[in-house]
Amino acid sequence: MIQVEHISKAFGEATVLKDISTTFERGKTNLIIGQSGSGKTVFLKSLIGLHETDKGRIAFDGVYLDTLERDEQRELRKAMGMVFQGSALFDSMTVAENVCFPLQMFTSYSSKEKSEQVDRVLERVNLVDAHQKYPSELSGGMKKRVAIARAIVMNPKFLFCDEPNSGLDPKTAILIDDLIQEITREYNITTLINTHDMNSVMQIGEKIVFIKEGKVAWEGSKEEIFVTNNQAISDFVYASDLYQNVRKVYIEKAKSKT
Amino acid sequence: MRYIEEIGRYGLMLLEIFRKPTKWSVMRKLILKEIDELIFNSLGIIIFISFFIGGVVTIQTALNLTSPFLPKSLIGFATRQSVILEFAPTFISIIMVGKVGSYITSSIGSMRVTEQIDALEVMGVNSVNYLIFPKLIAMLFYPFAIAIAMYTGIFGGWMAAMFGNYAPTADFIAGIQEDFVGFHVTYAFIKSLVFAVIIATLPAYHGYYLKGGALEVGKAATVSFIWTSVVIIIVNYVLTQLLLG
Ligand SMILES: Nc1ncnc2c1ncn2[C@@H]1O[C@H](COP(=O)(O)OP(=O)(O)O)[C@@H](O)[C@H]1O
Ligand SMILES: [Mg+2]
Repeated sequence: MIQVEHISKAFGEATVLKDISTTFERGKTNLIIGQSGSGKTVFLKSLIGLHETDKGRIAFDGVYLDTLERDEQRELRKAMGMVFQGSALFDSMTVAENVCFPLQMFTSYSSKEKSEQVDRVLERVNLVDAHQKYPSELSGGMKKRVAIARAIVMNPKFLFCDEPNSGLDPKTAILIDDLIQEITREYNITTLINTHDMNSVMQIGEKIVFIKEGKVAWEGSKEEIFVTNNQAISDFVYASDLYQNVRKVYIEKAKSKT
Repeated sequence: MRYIEEIGRYGLMLLEIFRKPTKWSVMRKLILKEIDELIFNSLGIIIFISFFIGGVVTIQTALNLTSPFLPKSLIGFATRQSVILEFAPTFISIIMVGKVGSYITSSIGSMRVTEQIDALEVMGVNSVNYLIFPKLIAMLFYPFAIAIAMYTGIFGGWMAAMFGNYAPTADFIAGIQEDFVGFHVTYAFIKSLVFAVIIATLPAYHGYYLKGGALEVGKAATVSFIWTSVVIIIVNYVLTQLLLG
């Protein structure tokens, strides 16, 4: 579980996050949604400590980040995996080396154990014959898979994904979303996913936090998102006609239940 | 004000290089790779430039020593002094800022803009140590490259003297042995070592703290070249005053 308490973050004059509080539960795919530039990436990077926050506290399974020294924070980060927007694979390394990297750095496994681990996670993300390829030889979807494999190879307790399906075709996007959700359940991870994609919300949104102008403008589940009267989230969701129709269906459903 | 802040941040980065070191089995490979990239891959250009610069120094000296009362050995002497004191350590270092420095800024900078540095940090790796320490250690071998530049420069001078008929070989050789001061070589090596540290770390700083995208990587490489050269020229002046003045 991750507890976020009143965090704020500004870059110089520009305040990006304003007093954000929320919680993210274990074993669930938690979505952070908002327009481009609304501060989703800054929020995620603040949580993992890549940005220092100006105010507020963050606790990972009850441990407050600000009570830890810099080196202890780095220790804690070994329990976190992150999938970056552009995948952030190491260009100079093969797929297998990328995935093996955390093991290489932080474990004393034998070569055999390491390659078994690497095979296991690459198989988990359905990527079996790309071990010796370099990132420049991979498609966007494959890069994402490698990035996910690298993020889970150390069996993290927390998984962060920054727009995991941006730049992918709709079909691949759904596969990646599903993969992340399966992994979240299988390994019982606290997963946070940034997205501006309503398809992902529909597909895997178990808890949704909507950020607008640096504040939490709405939070709830995907079932709730279509029936809420909250203006801000409605404006965001119904930018597309499709979802106006989806809203009708959901409201019908809600009515028939009562 | 901004400069003071930047100097402070550079200082903190230098300290960070030595904190929470990367495990040795990994670091050893990185160091060997950087020695290959930064030192061995530079030897070709270093040898090429020193040979011809040495030759030009000899020709220039010869052309300016028109008085028949001055001994021809002076040509060898002047070549040796210029090459050892300035051309090998300083001139070559400026070239290396262009070659090695740009490589360091752009390779670290592109890792910054593609979030590879963030990826390292998220994993709990001290990215400053991981990226810069191997370059710093590799650059400690830089004085050897400068020693090669000294030999080649003087050799180039000798060849120019011989083929251009500026001085007989015997006179040239006598000249390069004349009034030899060992400390001049020490001075040149001290300089090279200081320059090596600057070339390894200042361009790395420009790459590491880069903001933006691919375009900024190109700009940063240019800015880094200018600043690193400026710093080397100033440090050269200060060291010369301190050590020889
Ligand atoms: N390192 C930074 N320095 C200054 N401003 C930044 C930095 N990172 C992000 N910002 C600004 O913060 C805002 C939110 O950015 P971001 O979190 O990337 O949005 P998104 O929701 O699209 O991920 C943007 O206006 C961006 O310009
Ligand atoms: Mg973003």
